[in-house]
Amino acid sequence: MQALLQQVVSGIAIGGIFASLALALVLIYNAMGLVNFAQGEMAMLATFVAYALINRGMSYWIVFPVTLVLAFGGGIVIQRVVIRPVERAPILTLVIITLGLATLLNGLAGFMFGYVPRSFPSAFSAQTIDLLGVFISYRDLGVMGVSGLVLLAVYLLLQRTTVGLTLRAAAHHPEASRLLGVQVSWMLALGWGLASAVGAVSGIMVAPILFLEPNMMQSIIIYAFAAAVLGGIESPLGAVVGGLIVGVTVNLAGAYIPFVGGDLQLAVGLAIIIVVLIIRPNGLFGRAATRRV
Amino acid sequence: MGRNAARLAAVAAFLVTLGACGGSPAPAPQTDIGITSNSILLGTTNALSGPAAAYGTIAHAEDAYFTYVNNQGGVNGRKITFKIQDDAYNPANTVPLTKGLVEQDQVFAMFSGLGTQDQTSVRDYLNSKKVPQLFVATGATTFGKDFSTNQWTMGWQPPYQGEARIYAKDVVQNHPNAKIGVLYQNDDYGQDYLKGLTDGLGSNASMIVDKESYDVTAASPASQLAILKSKGVDTLFLFSTPKPTIQSLAIITGLHWTPNAIYLNSVSNPQVYMLAAKTAGAALANVTSVAYLKDPTDPQWANDSGMQQYKTIIANCTTCKPNDGFNLYGVAVAYTMVDVLKQAGSNMTRKNVMDIAANRLNETNPFALPGVKVKTTSSDHFPIMQEQVITWSGTGWTLQGSLIDERGTLK
Repeated sequence: MQALLQQVVSGIAIGGIFASLALALVLIYNAMGLVNFAQGEMAMLATFVAYALINRGMSYWIVFPVTLVLAFGGGIVIQRVVIRPVERAPILTLVIITLGLATLLNGLAGFMFGYVPRSFPSAFSAQTIDLLGVFISYRDLGVMGVSGLVLLAVYLLLQRTTVGLTLRAAAHHPEASRLLGVQVSWMLALGWGLASAVGAVSGIMVAPILFLEPNMMQSIIIYAFAAAVLGGIESPLGAVVGGLIVGVTVNLAGAYIPFVGGDLQLAVGLAIIIVVLIIRPNGLFGRAATRRV
Repeated sequence: MGRNAARLAAVAAFLVTLGACGGSPAPAPQTDIGITSNSILLGTTNALSGPAAAYGTIAHAEDAYFTYVNNQGGVNGRKITFKIQDDAYNPANTVPLTKGLVEQDQVFAMFSGLGTQDQTSVRDYLNSKKVPQLFVATGATTFGKDFSTNQWTMGWQPPYQGEARIYAKDVVQNHPNAKIGVLYQNDDYGQDYLKGLTDGLGSNASMIVDKESYDVTAASPASQLAILKSKGVDTLFLFSTPKPTIQSLAIITGLHWTPNAIYLNSVSNPQVYMLAAKTAGAALANVTSVAYLKDPTDPQWANDSGMQQYKTIIANCTTCKPNDGFNLYGVAVAYTMVDVLKQAGSNMTRKNVMDIAANRLNETNPFALPGVKVKTTSSDHFPIMQEQVITWSGTGWTLQGSLIDERGTLK
């Protein structure tokens, strides 16, 4: 029983990590109607920037907001330079460009910082809490707590502010928005900046647990996709709930389904994506897209 | 008469030939592709970029040793030129780069190419071309074990199976009632180690109570470690690459788990990784591994002549960090290469060099631990089969006991 509970708890812990990156994917989807395959790599690069600043002697608490601002700016710059020229191109073009961007950023980080895994400071203690023989660390709880705060912020932004409304409108009805005076292209850039900042929060929170190196986010981005799809790709709450479900499912499948074991955990993540898309394409919290004909 | 004269002439010619073979002072010097009267051209592929770029410094350290030898006059008057190509640890690059070195640059031999997959991908090619593929930088057991079918290929460092057999000996001796758990990477690398451990335990293999695998793409081995703990494991083996290893060390502490021994494979034991684990909260209690080279950070070698020589040599490389164990590895394996070339003397052919490396090595390497022999015979093509157990003291590795010798156990 204790073993089962430990699997559930460590599944929740890793699920919090998936959720934190899934939130950035949800945000960018809301802003441009498309996922950004480079989201994880942008988060990784932002984390390296934070690492470099901390190594120069800056305090963690100064570095954290500074990195978010830099990530926000960086996201906007990337959108202006790389995405804007192909803004109206077919979806496939954009997908390929974000994939290319992912490869580029990964190589850049490797070139600048090398591939040795590095420890990264955390705001939370590495100590664990003993819940009747089941252990969870303050860092894991910290990831979840911060993901909860980001969820709240993203929700309020999208649903309760004019900016959020304009963001969503620009993504889904660009022509109508333009007629109403919305600067659609700059709204897209704003979306990239915000998603990049949310990704940076994820990177800074998970780096102490996963260890920082250029491939750090590659190990979780597939699960983050699974989490976002399961939750309904437009729903921030769905991303977090989806992340926790994916984390626990993957762990339990690995521990208790003999042929899955440690080898096929990634396959479980991919299976979740496929099954959701077949059975419930809008996920747990997504709304069905309706179109008048 | 004419016939007799012809016979006499034939006999005379035969005797002259015999004389030339037996009694003359020296045979005509022989050379081969890549050798001139004053140079020897060697080539390598290493990961100067890409996911395994931490190893790239090995090639630079090797070059530093060749520079050192060249500055002292070279090998029997020939200077070594070392051409380094970056394959980014990707076999798709290793193949064309190796072909380029062999066919365009016309290297004499490939030396210390990095990576199991990468070197496997060019093994058939180099063997069909009869180009020595010497001292590959991987511990995959196949490079020594399959010598009979690949007679132009050799490893150098202790094979993974040999290393795991040394752990098996240590466990049986020091933890006879151990309940062993294994975390291993689910590929050739992890399985090579697992096989060595299982074979090495032999009749004691039932000491292994659980083994859990992880995929190289996995985010964290937390789930597997929780299972191992729940199975009552008290002696844990981590047959993993550095990142999952340091994650595991932190997770074990987080689970409030203190195994009697945690064995790390040598790939993951450089100090930089131990310190990363420590920063992440790992207690690092009862951590054990093995070594066969001198550790440049270990103060006990401060006045050792081999270590002082190493410091002099590595100064030839401006990008190399002297405290990085990979650099000492590079210098040590380059020492063996030069040793082989020196022994080849004037018979500088690929065949002779390969014969010396595979069958007639018997070297005391100044950079290896005292007592380690770099040795091959006609029936044993694993140059290094001795290692010593080390334990983590909190700040560095401490040598324990004496060398454990597994020579002859792998066929």
